[in-house]
Amino acid sequence: MSDERKRWLDEPKNVNKIVYTLYGVCVLLILVDFLPYKDHPHYDFEHRVGFYGIFGLVSCVGLVLTAKVLRRIVMRREDYYDE
Amino acid sequence: MSSIPPGVILILGSLLVPLLRGKLRQAWMLALPILSWLHLIGLPEGNLIELDLFGYALNPVRIDGLSLVWGHVFHIAAFVSVLYALHVKDLGQHVSGLMYAGAAIGAVFAGDLITLFVFWELTAISSVFLVWASRTERSYRAGMRYLVIQVGSGVILLAGILLRVNAGDGLAFDHIADAISLADLPSLLIFIAFGIKAAFPLLHNWLHDSYPEATPTGAVFLSAFTTKLAIYALARGFAGADCLIWIGATMTAFPIFYAVIENDLRRVLSYSLNNQLGFMVVGIGIGTHLSLNGTAAHAFAHILYKGLLFMSMGAVLHRTGTCKGSELGGLYKSMPITTVFCTIGAASISAFPLFSGFVSKSLIIAATAETGHTFVFLILLFASAGVFHHSGIKIPYFAFFAHDSGRRVKEAPLNMLLAMGILSALCIGIGCFPGPLYAILPYPLEHPFHAYTTMHVVTQLQLLIFSALAFTVLMRTGIYPPEKMAINLDTDWTYRRLLPGVWTVSARVVSGVWGAVLAGGVSCAVRGLRGVYRLHGPEGVFARTWRTGNIVLAAAMVLGGYLVLYFWE
Repeated sequence: MSDERKRWLDEPKNVNKIVYTLYGVCVLLILVDFLPYKDHPHYDFEHRVGFYGIFGLVSCVGLVLTAKVLRRIVMRREDYYDE
Repeated sequence: MSSIPPGVILILGSLLVPLLRGKLRQAWMLALPILSWLHLIGLPEGNLIELDLFGYALNPVRIDGLSLVWGHVFHIAAFVSVLYALHVKDLGQHVSGLMYAGAAIGAVFAGDLITLFVFWELTAISSVFLVWASRTERSYRAGMRYLVIQVGSGVILLAGILLRVNAGDGLAFDHIADAISLADLPSLLIFIAFGIKAAFPLLHNWLHDSYPEATPTGAVFLSAFTTKLAIYALARGFAGADCLIWIGATMTAFPIFYAVIENDLRRVLSYSLNNQLGFMVVGIGIGTHLSLNGTAAHAFAHILYKGLLFMSMGAVLHRTGTCKGSELGGLYKSMPITTVFCTIGAASISAFPLFSGFVSKSLIIAATAETGHTFVFLILLFASAGVFHHSGIKIPYFAFFAHDSGRRVKEAPLNMLLAMGILSALCIGIGCFPGPLYAILPYPLEHPFHAYTTMHVVTQLQLLIFSALAFTVLMRTGIYPPEKMAINLDTDWTYRRLLPGVWTVSARVVSGVWGAVLAGGVSCAVRGLRGVYRLHGPEGVFARTWRTGNIVLAAAMVLGGYLVLYFWE
């Protein structure tokens, strides 16, 4: 392990670079919504600025928080069925 | 040649595999799907064979637009799965894999319900060996449960078919019903049989129970055929049945909660497989040309990227001996090519623009919006974000990145890499150039569908990138649930714990009650006999010898009593 060459991703600051790039892309994707590009929406709510982004964010946070509650109910030891 | 049903070449060809050795066997196995496909494309459309069975017409081969989509993709899946498994020494897996693929192809081209039933059961019986081939106690039991449920689905199908024939609806495998009701029992039974194989909610658990127990190569075969055959059967028989919209929407949403907390990465893939089937089921339920084309396109794309994901996890399992998220991480250093292929599969299932899922799933979502199913549309958006979250990010992240587990292994074998390479090329190819896929879709559209509009690309990117943001923030704040060495209870708990428990308790209660009844009965009988003995035994009242005088006295008392009563009245 010790003589292994260090990878770019091993540096925490490089991981931070990726994360900050992601934040930047998110901001850009929200700003794009101020342009009139939504030419064939099916619903009015699709016109709202940032609808898809916020929907994705809220969905995933909700998903993970609900899954954490679910885990409390359904999680068992690995050998649960082997007894 | 048109008298040979498609699929039969694979089934019969698989029986020759044990007779061959070494390179010749490998060449034969690779040649079989190609030969079978060449045979298929040489066949004209229509009902090619007509047989008579006790006065009923059988059409074992019906070739049309719908069946051809599945026929093509099943052949691709068979070829890459064989290539992926080429290094395996276990003969049984090769035979059962090829036979299973052949049975699924045969079922897709079945023009009557009896032929469908025969191939339906053959897929169940041939595929269980891919689970058992892991040769562990756990896989043996999972395989048994899988077999019982799969064969059970076939038996329900047969019951439905017989009732249908009895009702005078014949054996043709065409549109069966527009709506499901308890009054129409034959259709309901066939619907349930299809639903079991399609892993409808609450009927789904055989999938998550058995696929992760299969061998690394077996799971790749399994991921392609059974469930997609059921989707085909539903599309053929129940297109436009409204209840499928809600069943499908539920299927897209609920497995992803389990996928987030599941530790076994192949089980995560099984949950996301279930979620993707939900999109196809919604498409069938909507029943417009656009949505049915969407289902066909999505089944086509899905078989390829899901196979790719199972292959990448199979390669990890093959090299490291585990597929648990809690034991993996940092594998990009030793398996860089597999990492790239897995990421391509992940991008495809997440429907990233330029990848295959994007061009197929959009048909279904557009059809949902066009027909005004707003709530279902929002559920599908939620499920799309969720699938990126757990399949798109979680799978590659926990296996190849995350915390470095320190495992240093060899890259996957060449044949595995080749199979993954072919599927990766197809995922990107379909994503960038959807034209050929759209061209083979079965139903004509009024307006050609364009996946790549500015609005569609940008909104999809917004949905996905913000899902990635959610993952990143939750990861960095430590809110994301860590991978744990644990299992999660699902509906299989009912038949693995609840029913056996109920059985044990009822057996105890029944045997207890029976014991008490028996003991009580015996003691009553003994007491009764003692009473009889007391009266009639040697010392009993009735056993004494009475003197004549006593009897005369008794008679006189009775007569005296009679006189008194007479005068008193």
